[in-house]
Amino acid sequence: MTDFLYSIFVGPFADMIALPDFLMQVLWEGFVAGVLYALIALGFVLIFKASGVFNFAQGIMVVFSGLTLVGLYELGVPAIMALVITLGVMYVLAFSVERFVLRKLVNQPDIILFMATIGLTNILIGLGQWIFGGETKTMITEQLWLPTGSSVWEPNGGLVIFQHIDIAATVIAVLMIVGLGFFFSYTKVGRALRAVADDHQASLSVGISLNQIWVIVWFAAGIVALVTGIMWGARSDVSFSLQIIALKALPVLVLGGFTSIPGAIVGGLIIGIGEKIFEIYWGPLFGSGVEGWFAYVIALIFLLFRPQGLFGDKIIERV
Amino acid sequence: MSTADTYITPDGRVIGAVMMEMKNITLRFGGVVAIQDISFDIREGEIRAIIGPNGAGKSSMLNVINGFYHPQEGEVWFRGLKRPSMKPYQIAKQGIARTFQNIALFKGMTTVENVMTGRQLMMEKSFFWQMLRVGPAMTEEVEHRHRCEEIIDFLEIQHIRKEPVGNLPYGLQKRVELARALAMEPKLLLLDEPMAGMNVEEKEDMSRFILDVNDQYGTTIALIEHDMSVVMDLADRVVCLDYGKMLADGTAAEVQKNQAVIDAYLGVEH
Amino acid sequence: MFYREAGQYNTTYEQDLQAFPIKQDKIGIAIWLVLAYLFVPFFGIPGLEYGFAMNAIMIPVLIFTITTIGLNILVGFTGQISLGTGAFMGVGAYACYKLTSYFPDTNIIILILASGFVSAIVGALFGLPSLRIKGFYLIVATLAAQFFLEWCFIRVGWLYNYNPSGAIEVPQREVFGWIVTGASAEPVTRYLVVLSILVFLAIIAGNLTRGRIGRSWMMIRDMDIAAELIGVRPLTAKLSAFAVSSYFIGVSGALMVFLWLGAAEVESFDVNHSFLYLFMVILGGLGSITGSFMGAAFIWTFPIILKELGKSWFGINATVMENVSLVAIGVMIVVILIVEPHGMARLWQIVKQKLRIWPFPH
Repeated sequence: MTDFLYSIFVGPFADMIALPDFLMQVLWEGFVAGVLYALIALGFVLIFKASGVFNFAQGIMVVFSGLTLVGLYELGVPAIMALVITLGVMYVLAFSVERFVLRKLVNQPDIILFMATIGLTNILIGLGQWIFGGETKTMITEQLWLPTGSSVWEPNGGLVIFQHIDIAATVIAVLMIVGLGFFFSYTKVGRALRAVADDHQASLSVGISLNQIWVIVWFAAGIVALVTGIMWGARSDVSFSLQIIALKALPVLVLGGFTSIPGAIVGGLIIGIGEKIFEIYWGPLFGSGVEGWFAYVIALIFLLFRPQGLFGDKIIERV
Repeated sequence: MSTADTYITPDGRVIGAVMMEMKNITLRFGGVVAIQDISFDIREGEIRAIIGPNGAGKSSMLNVINGFYHPQEGEVWFRGLKRPSMKPYQIAKQGIARTFQNIALFKGMTTVENVMTGRQLMMEKSFFWQMLRVGPAMTEEVEHRHRCEEIIDFLEIQHIRKEPVGNLPYGLQKRVELARALAMEPKLLLLDEPMAGMNVEEKEDMSRFILDVNDQYGTTIALIEHDMSVVMDLADRVVCLDYGKMLADGTAAEVQKNQAVIDAYLGVEH
Repeated sequence: MFYREAGQYNTTYEQDLQAFPIKQDKIGIAIWLVLAYLFVPFFGIPGLEYGFAMNAIMIPVLIFTITTIGLNILVGFTGQISLGTGAFMGVGAYACYKLTSYFPDTNIIILILASGFVSAIVGALFGLPSLRIKGFYLIVATLAAQFFLEWCFIRVGWLYNYNPSGAIEVPQREVFGWIVTGASAEPVTRYLVVLSILVFLAIIAGNLTRGRIGRSWMMIRDMDIAAELIGVRPLTAKLSAFAVSSYFIGVSGALMVFLWLGAAEVESFDVNHSFLYLFMVILGGLGSITGSFMGAAFIWTFPIILKELGKSWFGINATVMENVSLVAIGVMIVVILIVEPHGMARLWQIVKQKLRIWPFPH
């Protein structure tokens, strides 16, 4: 019995201290994964804040945008052109979704809209596989001037490896978040977005076009999806399994609150790092693969005790 | 007149002993005091009105009676027993039913199905019989359906029995909600603004139904109402609230003449 | 004029409370049952090769109808969304497998129906969070169940009798002399067993949903606060929904492995399947038992039909048609949600309404 308790409460920590450079590596890997989760969650938050829709298709948008980019390149389009065209495709997607789906489902309960986005996911999976084929593709990292290779740090004789692409991903994510923050706080469109997120009726009455805002928001989410797709694809290739990984954004949102951008980031980091640490140090106890459900169980616990997440708005029910 | 006395009203109805007593109820939501040290009682068989300007705490008071809100201070006594903090379904078991200001019907069901939901507590046949349906479960279902149809006849909503309630006009929805509450065969019926949004004819109909319910079934009724003429016609006694405090408690005629009440409604500063 | 109810009077409440009070509906159901029991076993589906018709279409459609009814009870009647269906089917399948290992002489049908209870208990357990979590936040809880159970199916060797391949192989079992499971089981035997179980369970589902328990579920779905104030205990209502739903889903999982696939790998119970079943419920119609059949039949057969058409009419290969059907189903989901959120069941009701007065316009 003491053995068992030891292996849960003491052993893993002892392991961590024994090899501090390995711990650093694990923390770094978790951090990078967390950043990418946060980016996906960011896309969700954008759309949810502005339209109250939980866009289940965000994950497949990540894959789809990545596929479009690589697909175009493979057809011979130069990298930067491909990037621009992909952005255009995401805009068309945003526009179509607003025009053909959101507008028609305006007064329906949230659950109906959510299920519509599940349908949308199917459409994008089908289209993606149809146009680009189902095999895994390699991201055109070099062509986009993203760094490759790695740097090595040897603290006290230990060994920690930092992939350059990971560092780049972190930097780009930070830039993106700062950029979005700036956009929301200081531009006219950003202000309109915040108004819409707050109250649809009120924003209509001051002359904000809901439809335009929704197109902009879905396009912004599309851009975020594309950046995420590029980063994630650069680290581990673009494939449809990414779509399931994107489901992990749900626990991130539960932790961070569905309407909070800083929450998405904090939540993403907690999930990313927590998952890795748990898998590496407690994994051997349970058997591998705990990464698959750890995030969800944490989210479940949060939902039971603090449903609004760390940063979300508290929900009060009135009769 | 002691609290145990029964008396007979001028029009021949019997008002019994005190059924429910609110003693020094204080209800807070965070920093906001919704109800401040309010005490009043409701007698068996009477029609009690709770009136007051908007935001006075009337709905909150009803929710306290209902057991949906739990007051931070004070006691609720029901039929001579102090009532501990209970869950809403336990309150329903005690025999308290209510209607809501913004209709709380089950939009996915028809009128008759909604009224049948009121019988939920009284249906007991086990899961096993429910799976079979023939036999005891069916007998029980038919028996309760019979009672519900009686109530549907009583409230004159037979013509919309099979209509999904979401399609009904507002006035009829309110009547269906009343039917559902009646199906629970409550001892105390709480009505939250039953006349809201109705025109004169609808109000007359609803008033007639409320009086009939009290007369025929002997149900005690507590209602929140804004229309003073309705209150005058229906209520035996009235309690008036404003800003969470009680202004007056007495018969309708007494309360109507109370200066504090008049001031509250006219908006005189105090 | 075919569907006119004129002249059909319900003079007692029992008559009014029947599942199919209208005579034409009763005749319709009777015809379906006759076709199912007397026509299909001998002729399969006209125009298709018998084995294919049974193994690729009829048997899976019937099994998934059971799944869809189960999921519909949870999502359509009680309003609790779940993405854990795939895993709960797995629970039923593995439970059945263990039961057949421990009780090799017991009638397999009894074991299949018993394995549903295991699934029901697990389902109720994972349904506990629904008492605190509402709306689509519940998805997270059900996904936790889905991924955790999937992980268990791989890691807990006991579940698959430590078989090195990690998969379960179905042993041969007989009922009254007929071989029902295993490689030698005839399609027609398997079909009839599945059909009978479906009819049995569908009757139970219909009875439950029309009685007080079904009403308590619908009350929770429509307005849970009002439901509680009427006297419904949320704990009882929600957990019973999860339990009954998981029972159906578990039985369908056991049937899927034992009477259709013959073996199972964890992939058969993955989250993609959970989505598939949700689509069946949505398309068929939330809160409708007959809709469950329509939804299951449609979602399952549509890709097959498309593939066949693509191949024989246009010469397009299967993979492409598969993707086309993915897109088409996605489009249909969106369209159905826009046009008729209550699914094919409601569309069918509307057709019947029109049939009332056909050939007159109004």
